[in-house]
Amino acid sequence: MRLTLHIWRQKSPTDKGRMVPYTLDSVSGHMSFLEMLDVLNEQLIGKGEEPVAFDHDCREGICGSCGFVINGVAHGPRRGTTVCQLHMREFEDNAELYLEPWRAAAFPVIKDLVVNRSAFDRIIASGGYISVPTGSAPDGNAIPVPKQDSDMAMAAATCIGCGACVAACPNASASLFTSAKISHLGLLPQGQPERHSRAVRMVAQAKDEGFGNCTNIGECEAVCPKGIQIENIARMNRDFIAGAAAYREAQAEAGAG
Amino acid sequence: MSSSASTLARAARLYEAPVGKKAVMAISGVILFGFVLGHMLGNLQIFLPPGIDGKFPIDAYGEALRHNQPLLYGTRVVLLIAVIAHIISAIQLATLKIAARPVAYARYTPIASSYASRTMYWSGPILAAFIVYHLLHFTTGTVHPSFRDLHVHDNVIAGFSVWYVSAFYILAMVLLCLHLYHGIWSMTQSVGFSHPTYTPKIKLGAKAFAIVIAAGNISIPLSVLFGVVK
Amino acid sequence: MALNPRTPSGPIEKRWDNAKFEMKLVNPANKRKYNVLVVGSGLAGGSAAATLAELGYNVKCFCFQDSPRRAHSIAAQGGINAAKNYQNDGDSIYRLFYDTVKGGDFRARESNVYRLAQISVNIIDQAVAQGVPFAREYGGTLANRSFGGAQVSRTFYARGQTGQQLLLGAYQALERQIDAGRVKMFPRTEMLDLIVIDGKARGIITRNLVSGQIDIHMADAVLLATGGYGNVFYLSTNAKGSNVTAGWRAYKRGAFFGNPCFTQIHPTCIPVSGDYQSKLTLMSESLRNDGRIWVPKKQGDTRPPQQIPEAERDYYLERIYPSFGNLVPRDVASRAAKRMCDEGQGVGNTGLGVYLDFGASIERLGQQAISERYGNLFEMYERITGESPYKTPMRIFPAVHYTMGGLWVDYHLMSTIPGLFVLGEANFSDHGANRLGASALMQGLADGYFVIPYTLGNYLASNPLDKVAGDHPSAQAAKEEVEARVRTLLSIKGRRTVDSFHRELGKLMWDHCGMARNKTALDGAAEKIRALKGEFWQNVNVLGESSDLNQSLEKAGRVADFLELGELMCIDAADRNESCGGHFREEYQTLEGEAMRDDANFSYAAAWEYTGEGKPAALHKEPLTFEYVKPSQRSYK
Repeated sequence: MRLTLHIWRQKSPTDKGRMVPYTLDSVSGHMSFLEMLDVLNEQLIGKGEEPVAFDHDCREGICGSCGFVINGVAHGPRRGTTVCQLHMREFEDNAELYLEPWRAAAFPVIKDLVVNRSAFDRIIASGGYISVPTGSAPDGNAIPVPKQDSDMAMAAATCIGCGACVAACPNASASLFTSAKISHLGLLPQGQPERHSRAVRMVAQAKDEGFGNCTNIGECEAVCPKGIQIENIARMNRDFIAGAAAYREAQAEAGAG
Repeated sequence: MSSSASTLARAARLYEAPVGKKAVMAISGVILFGFVLGHMLGNLQIFLPPGIDGKFPIDAYGEALRHNQPLLYGTRVVLLIAVIAHIISAIQLATLKIAARPVAYARYTPIASSYASRTMYWSGPILAAFIVYHLLHFTTGTVHPSFRDLHVHDNVIAGFSVWYVSAFYILAMVLLCLHLYHGIWSMTQSVGFSHPTYTPKIKLGAKAFAIVIAAGNISIPLSVLFGVVK
Repeated sequence: MALNPRTPSGPIEKRWDNAKFEMKLVNPANKRKYNVLVVGSGLAGGSAAATLAELGYNVKCFCFQDSPRRAHSIAAQGGINAAKNYQNDGDSIYRLFYDTVKGGDFRARESNVYRLAQISVNIIDQAVAQGVPFAREYGGTLANRSFGGAQVSRTFYARGQTGQQLLLGAYQALERQIDAGRVKMFPRTEMLDLIVIDGKARGIITRNLVSGQIDIHMADAVLLATGGYGNVFYLSTNAKGSNVTAGWRAYKRGAFFGNPCFTQIHPTCIPVSGDYQSKLTLMSESLRNDGRIWVPKKQGDTRPPQQIPEAERDYYLERIYPSFGNLVPRDVASRAAKRMCDEGQGVGNTGLGVYLDFGASIERLGQQAISERYGNLFEMYERITGESPYKTPMRIFPAVHYTMGGLWVDYHLMSTIPGLFVLGEANFSDHGANRLGASALMQGLADGYFVIPYTLGNYLASNPLDKVAGDHPSAQAAKEEVEARVRTLLSIKGRRTVDSFHRELGKLMWDHCGMARNKTALDGAAEKIRALKGEFWQNVNVLGESSDLNQSLEKAGRVADFLELGELMCIDAADRNESCGGHFREEYQTLEGEAMRDDANFSYAAAWEYTGEGKPAALHKEPLTFEYVKPSQRSYK
C-alpha cells in the first residue's frame, strides 16, 4: 500500500516546528506502525535527510515509551492499542495520515514526535508510593486483601504512563494518570495510612506541572491503551476532597530531642 | 524533603486545586439545577385556566412569591452566590485549559466524548447572557414591549408573541438541555461518586431531567406562538 | 589472575547468614559520605538505588529511557518464583535451589543459587507491602501457579504483567527517594565508559541523550544493572534500546565477561513476517498448557491447517517426549521446532514456524474457558498477525529471550574490577546455562533489594578510598576517548545505515550462534563478524549532530559494541565443547539428538578477559563444584 504522511518535524525544544509531507510506497499490512516509520527513516537516511525521531522501546505495548497522535487520535484508530502494536492493515491504501506529538504545556517537545514526560515521574515522586523501606515488610499473607479490591487495584495499576490520556484530553489534564496511581494504592490495605495525603500531594503536583483540569469528558478513557477507567478519577476526587477537608496543621512531636 | 508539612499544607487548600474548583462547580451546579427544576414547575402553571375570580394561577403564584420577601431574597442571594461561584470557577478552569495546551493539534478527532461535554465552555456563557436577557425581559421588564408588574400571564403572552424572542428562548433551552445533561452526571463524578452499576443510571437520569426541563420550558413559547395559551 | 569467587564455606543453608555476619558495616552517619552510581533502573537497578538511598548512601541513578519506569523488566509476563510453600504442596527453599541448579544444567554456582532461593521469600513480602497487586484467592490470600513445568505452584503473578507490577513497585520506592533528595535521577542518559583509578571503579562517563553533553560522574562504587544483550541477534524479545554498551565498556576496562554464549531461546514467539521486522513478540509459555504443537508430516505442505487431516499432522513433542509432551523445557521445545523447520516441515510463508493448536482444547473445554485463560494473549496475537487463534492455529517460532551470560561476578556481585558491581541479567551468576521460567524477576530483585546493600557496605567499609575528582587524568582521558568515538561515528558518512549492519550481525549470530551451533560455523561467523566490524567503521552513515537527540548516533554506538560482543560469543561457544542448557553444539548430542554435557572437562564458568584491541581474549575458568545437587542428565522422555 501507499501512504501520504504529514509528520510534525521540530529540530529542538526551541524550534517552532511544522508539518512536513512524505510519501511512502510498498507498505505491508503486516508492518507495525513503528516498523513503517523505520522504513521511512531508512529511506530518509539514504537521501541524506535526518530521520524522524520518535520514542519507542519494548514495541510490545507495555513500556509506555511510544505514542503520538495519528489523525487526531492518540495512539491511532484501534482502541486499547499503543502505536507499536498498531498494524498497517488498520489503514486503507492511499491513506493520508497526520502524525503529531502529544501536545501539552507539561509535555514539551524535545524533537519531532518525542516529548518530555518527566512531569509524570514528579507526580509519582510527590506521593505515588507506599513508604515501606526494604526489609520492613510483614509476611505477604499477613494482610488478606479482598479479591475484588485486589482486582480493582490491579486494573488501575496497569497504567503504562504513556501520556495518551493527556494528549487526548481537551484540557490536557493528567487526571487519568494521577488517579490510576491513587486508586491502585488507595484500594489496598497497605496503602491506607497515606491514602489521603497521597491524593492531596499528587493532585497538587499535577497542577504545578501545568496540566489542565478534568471536566469529565472521557476522551482519556477512550484512548487509554490499558483501558483505565474514569471511575478512578472519581475516586481521586473523593480522596482529595476528604484529605484536603480533614487536613490539620501537624503537631510538634512531644519529647523530641 | 520537598514533601514536607508545608507542601502538604499548601496542597491541602481545597479550592486552589482544580479538583476543588470542580467541586465548587458541582455544588453550585446542584443549586442551579434545583432552581431550574423548580422554576420550570412554577412556570408550567401558565397552562392552568383562570380561577373563578378570573385570576390566572401563575399571577397568584407571582404575588405569593413577591409577598414572601425572606424566601424571595433568600433564594436570590443563594442563587447569586451560586451563579458567581459557578462562573468564577468556569473562568479559572478555562484559563487553566488554555494554558495547559498552548499549541493546538492540526488534527483533533474526538472519539468518545459527548457533544454536550465538549460544548460546556460556550453553552455556559451563552446561557449566562440568556439569563441576563431573561431577567431584563420578565423580571424587570426593561426589554419587554408591554411589561406590567405582577401580570405574569399577560407578560408571558406578550413577550413570546414576538417570534424571534421565542426562537432565542428555544435555542437557549436546547443549550440548557446539553449543559444539564453533562452537568448533572458530571457533578457526581466531580464530588467523587462513580460506580459501574449506578453511574450509567445517573447518566440516563441526567438525560431525562435535561430533556424534561428543556421540553417543559420550550412548551411555553411554542404554546404562545401557536395560540394554545392566550 | 586467579578468579576468586569468594563463596563462603560451611553448610549451604548457613552460608549467606554467615557471610552477612562477617561483612563489615558502614557507620550510619558515614553512609551519606559515600557516592554510589547505579546504571540502569530496572528491577535490579531500581531496587538497588532505592534501597541504598534508604540506607543513607548518596545515589545517582542513570537510565537511557525517558523514565526509570520504562526499563525492560516491565515486559516480563509470567511471574516470580518464591519458596513460600503457601500451597502446602511440598515446596521449600531447598527445592527451589535444587530445581534452579538442575534447570541451569549444572553450570551455576551452588552458593549463589541457594542464597537466591532463600531471599525469594523476602521479595514477595517486600513487593506485597509496596502494593504490588499480585493475584489473590477469594479468601484474600496470595494465589500461585505452576509455571514452566515446575512440579510445585510457587509462581506469584499479577495477570500477565508481573514484571510491570514489580518494576512499578521498585520505581515508586525509587521515586520516593528521588523526592527525598537522596537519589539524583538521570533519565535519557547513557553510560559510555567506566573510569578506573588505581585498579578500582571510581566513576563513569555519560552522554545526555537530549543535549549530547558528555559528563564525568565520580563515585566510590559503580553498580551496573544494565540488563541482557539479546539484541546482539537484532531480532529478539528485548526492547529496542536494550544494549550491552555499559557492560562492554566495563569489559574493555578489565571486567571479565562470563559465559557470553549462554543465551536462552524462548519457544513461543510470533514468527517473523518480513524483512522490515524490528522485534519479536513473546507469547506466554502458559499457552503450552492447552495448546498442541504440530507440523504437517509432508514437507512443503502448503494447505491451510484446517484442511490437513489429523493423520497427516506430526505432534512432534508428544511423539518424541511422551511423558512431558508439549511442556518440555524451553531449550528442548525450541530446538525441536528448529529441527522440524530445518527438515522442511515448517509452516507459514517463511517456513519458519510451527502450529500451536487450540482446536482440541476448545472442543474439550469450550471457547469460553479458553478465552478466560488466554483471551488477552489471543487478542494480542490477532492484533499482530491479523489471524484469530480461535479459528486457525497460532504460528509460533523460537526467539532470543534472555542471556544467562554477563559480566563475571563473585558471591558479592563484584566484578573483577574492585568497586564495580553487576546486578540482575547483566551479570552471569545464578542461572547457569539455562534459566527457569519466573526466575529472572526473582534474581533481579534479590540482587537489588537484599544482596547489594550488604556486599556494597562491606566493600566500602573495608577499602579505604582516596578522594578523587573529575579532573583526575584517568577521568579526563576516558571522557576524551568517548568524545573522540562520538566524533568518529559522525564523521564516517558512509553508505550503510546502522540498522543494516545490525541486521546483518543478527542474522550471522542467529544462523551460527543461535539454537544449534558447531565449531566450523562458529569459527566462520567470528571471522565474518570481524570483517563486518571493519566495514562498520569505514562505511556506516550516521546523520545529524551530537548536540541534540540523535537516535541514529545512539544506535551506532550500541551496534559497534554488539559487533565486538558477537565475536566473543562465537569464540566462547566454539570453546565450550559440550552441549548444556541453552548452548547446543551439534557435535555433542546423543543419538536421539539430546544435549550431551561434559562435566569432566567443562564444569566451569568461562570468564573472558580483554587483552587489547585486535588481541584474542584470554579465558579464565572458575571451577564449579556440586556438593548438594549431584549432576545428572536431564530427561524429559
